[in-house]
Amino acid sequence: MDITIPILILAIPLFMFLLLGLAGVKMSHKLAGTLGTLGMGTVLVLSYYTAFTYYFSGNPEFIDGTTRLQAVIFNHTWLQFTPALAIRIGFLLDPISAMMLIVIPTISFMVHVYSLGYMHGEKGFQRYYAFLSLFSFSMLGLVVATNIFQMYIFWELVGASSFLLIGFFYTLPSAVSACKKAFIVTRFADLGFLIGILVLSYFTHHLDFLPMTQNPQAVLASFEGVTFLGASGLTWALVLIFTGGMGKSAMLPLHIWLPDAMEGPTPVSALIHAATMVVAGVYLVARLFPLYMLEDAALMFITVVGAATAFYAAMVACAQIDIKRILAFSTISQIAFMMVSLGVASKNNVAIHEGLGYMASMFHLFTHAMFKALLFLGAGSLIHAVHSNNYTAMGGLRKYMPITHITFLIGCLAIAGIWPFAGFFSKDEILSACFANGTFWGIWMMMVAAMTAFYMFRMYFLVFWWDNPDYEKEHHGHLPHDPGFAMTFPLIFLGIVSIIAGFIPFGQLVTFDGHEYHIHIDWSIAGLSMGVAILSIAFSAWLYMKKNDKPQRMADSCRWLWTAANRRFYWDEIYLFITRRIIFDGICKPIAWFDRHIIDGTMDGFAYVTNKASYAIRGFQSGKVQMYIWWYLIGAVVLGIITAICVL
Amino acid sequence: MDITLIWYLVPAIVMFCCGVYGFLTRRNMIAMLISLELMLNAVDINFVVFNRYLFPSSMEGWMFTLFGIAIAAAETALAIAIIINLFRVSKNIDVRDATKMKN
Amino acid sequence: MESVGSTIFYWIIALSIVIFSVLTVTTRKILRAATYLLFVLFATAALYFKLDYEFLGSVQIAVYAGGIVVLFVFAILLTTHPGDNSKQLTSRKKLLGLVGALATAGACAWALCSRSADLFTSLPSMANPSMHRIGEAMLGTAYGQYLLPFEAVSVLLLACIIGGVVIARKR
Repeated sequence: MDITIPILILAIPLFMFLLLGLAGVKMSHKLAGTLGTLGMGTVLVLSYYTAFTYYFSGNPEFIDGTTRLQAVIFNHTWLQFTPALAIRIGFLLDPISAMMLIVIPTISFMVHVYSLGYMHGEKGFQRYYAFLSLFSFSMLGLVVATNIFQMYIFWELVGASSFLLIGFFYTLPSAVSACKKAFIVTRFADLGFLIGILVLSYFTHHLDFLPMTQNPQAVLASFEGVTFLGASGLTWALVLIFTGGMGKSAMLPLHIWLPDAMEGPTPVSALIHAATMVVAGVYLVARLFPLYMLEDAALMFITVVGAATAFYAAMVACAQIDIKRILAFSTISQIAFMMVSLGVASKNNVAIHEGLGYMASMFHLFTHAMFKALLFLGAGSLIHAVHSNNYTAMGGLRKYMPITHITFLIGCLAIAGIWPFAGFFSKDEILSACFANGTFWGIWMMMVAAMTAFYMFRMYFLVFWWDNPDYEKEHHGHLPHDPGFAMTFPLIFLGIVSIIAGFIPFGQLVTFDGHEYHIHIDWSIAGLSMGVAILSIAFSAWLYMKKNDKPQRMADSCRWLWTAANRRFYWDEIYLFITRRIIFDGICKPIAWFDRHIIDGTMDGFAYVTNKASYAIRGFQSGKVQMYIWWYLIGAVVLGIITAICVL
Repeated sequence: MDITLIWYLVPAIVMFCCGVYGFLTRRNMIAMLISLELMLNAVDINFVVFNRYLFPSSMEGWMFTLFGIAIAAAETALAIAIIINLFRVSKNIDVRDATKMKN
Repeated sequence: MESVGSTIFYWIIALSIVIFSVLTVTTRKILRAATYLLFVLFATAALYFKLDYEFLGSVQIAVYAGGIVVLFVFAILLTTHPGDNSKQLTSRKKLLGLVGALATAGACAWALCSRSADLFTSLPSMANPSMHRIGEAMLGTAYGQYLLPFEAVSVLLLACIIGGVVIARKR
């Protein structure tokens, strides 16, 4: 394949970022927005072209009979350390990167369009579009990375652009602290990632993905006999690399940044914190999956972390008031689904069901990106209309905002896993994979799926049904209404995608080993999960359809649980306790005291003594030359006497 | 009577001590400078005498004297320039009045 | 054994050095002090001649007597009014000065006594340093030759000229 288009896919967003970032101040809002959107549209077309070429052209570069190949389009050596160890910047095209080439530009383009309406008239509109372009560039660079170091570079770049966008409203103290929190927590996780990269490359002597994933046994051989604290060296490397994924994908216990990241503009939440950046951790594990397959311990770790996170986030989402927070926790829970799916995809070094879990994870990544972006954009539209993030300020909105209502309902049905919406298919695959690995995981994840349906429809009913507040009075005669075309178009588009995405023959396109995989829906599991989901929906309809005091009584009956879930099970407090009480008070303050009093005190003491001594002897500097001569003479005579005594 | 080394050293010491006395007691800066010249001259004599008596074949002391004379000339010229400048400012060359570098 | 003429010559030099030195620092007329200094310098030059260092004696006369003393006289005439006497020194001041001078003399005497062996060397014979030898000593770089100090002194003199001009210049 020609390298022009892949280079353009990366270069256009970067150029847009530079253009809007450097010259944006001189542009009008309209021009900057149009330029950014057009740039993203071009990238959309180019990357669709690239992805379709990869999947459907039948080019022998990409497909060998029925096996899809991993193709390196270009791989430029940037820094050569040793003949084997080099840092390269390249473009890798394989099933998952081609899939991401569809997901990222689609969501990004929709968000660009949506923001034309949502961010209309905001201060710093051009800066916003510059940052969006920077993010798109970084994310595209991440997914096409040919080596783990390139991935790390772009990994940090997406972290930086996420930081910039969360803190976009930099005059709000909450946004500033949220962006700092996001940056620090993910940086902390990336430390583990970096150590993992170094451990891995120390033994394999190179950084490239393809030699690792196509010949994992060689990697295993290079780790021969290396153990540390009872686990093999490769397990350590993989778990450390997964730590980076835990930070980016907001797994327990590093999830605390994602709910706060909702301080950023809502389209940003849709793009970065729901659809693309937060799945980078899943993508990373998927990218190195052949290595993870070799180490059951690492996969087990991923499964346990994912399952715990999924359950935890679903619990918390049931008790939140802020609709963006509910969606954030739902995102955490859904990403955990993908993680679990990867974790259960293999057992005893053999892929179960030809890597069903891997395929399901990628499928869910794809569908989740669509319907979660849809939900976030819908939430943005609600916030735009009501000027509040809390569902307590909403209710009965179905009459005022029909388009938002319908698309939001589609998103909720998709995430709940109702046939024929997209989420049904991918979630069913995940549950099948879990049952294939072990009944426990299957039941556990099905329970989480039921909770998902419950909290999503809780939000849906509370926002669109429930009570009907007196909007006319609260909004000074303005009734909430559907936003303009720029904002409804992405909603409608993503709504349609959320309906039909499940029918994409995903098994033929993205599989773990490139071989075609025939999806056959296991109706016993699918029916069970759908039944559970419908029950959950019915339950939440019973609770929240009409205004009543049942939810209140339920919350009162187990008040401690509700409060704990509402306070997110006190994770933030635990972090604050550890950082403030233990690290700050216990370690930093004594050190600061030592620095301030002992070290500074010594230095001040020197200065004080010198100062006093010079004041004491300044009288000698009288300017009277003959006094100087006297002192000199006395000194000379004394020295002479001493010399004479010594000589004698 | 043999004129030995000490015969020359004693006048030199007297000259030096006179210089010290003058430098300590005089208030006029030019007089102090004259005393300084006396001391330098006494040192020069010492160099020459030691060279002549103890190391007649070499010229180290001789050379030092020569350089000492040159440096004394330079130093005197500068000192007198400073004194004249001071005089121009304060109409006075009493060393007790010149206690500050700036006024 | 020295000749009688040489001894007499020595005594003349030594006495004039001592007497004029004392007079230089005791006279109250500054111009006279300069004159006595001139005599001391002449006596020193004579001493150099007596020790067979004719070149040094000539330099002494030319630079010291001809240059420095003239400079002094000019400076004195520029800065003092004729007939001005410096004030009578207080006896306390005199005493302090004497103590200082005597302490110096004591230190010198002490130093001389500690090296008493060399003090009674008689004058060895020596060929007068020829101009050729002096020139080589000043302009060579070998051991006992002084090109570098010579150059340093020339730079010093240059700096001194410039410094003198800068300092004494009218502002």
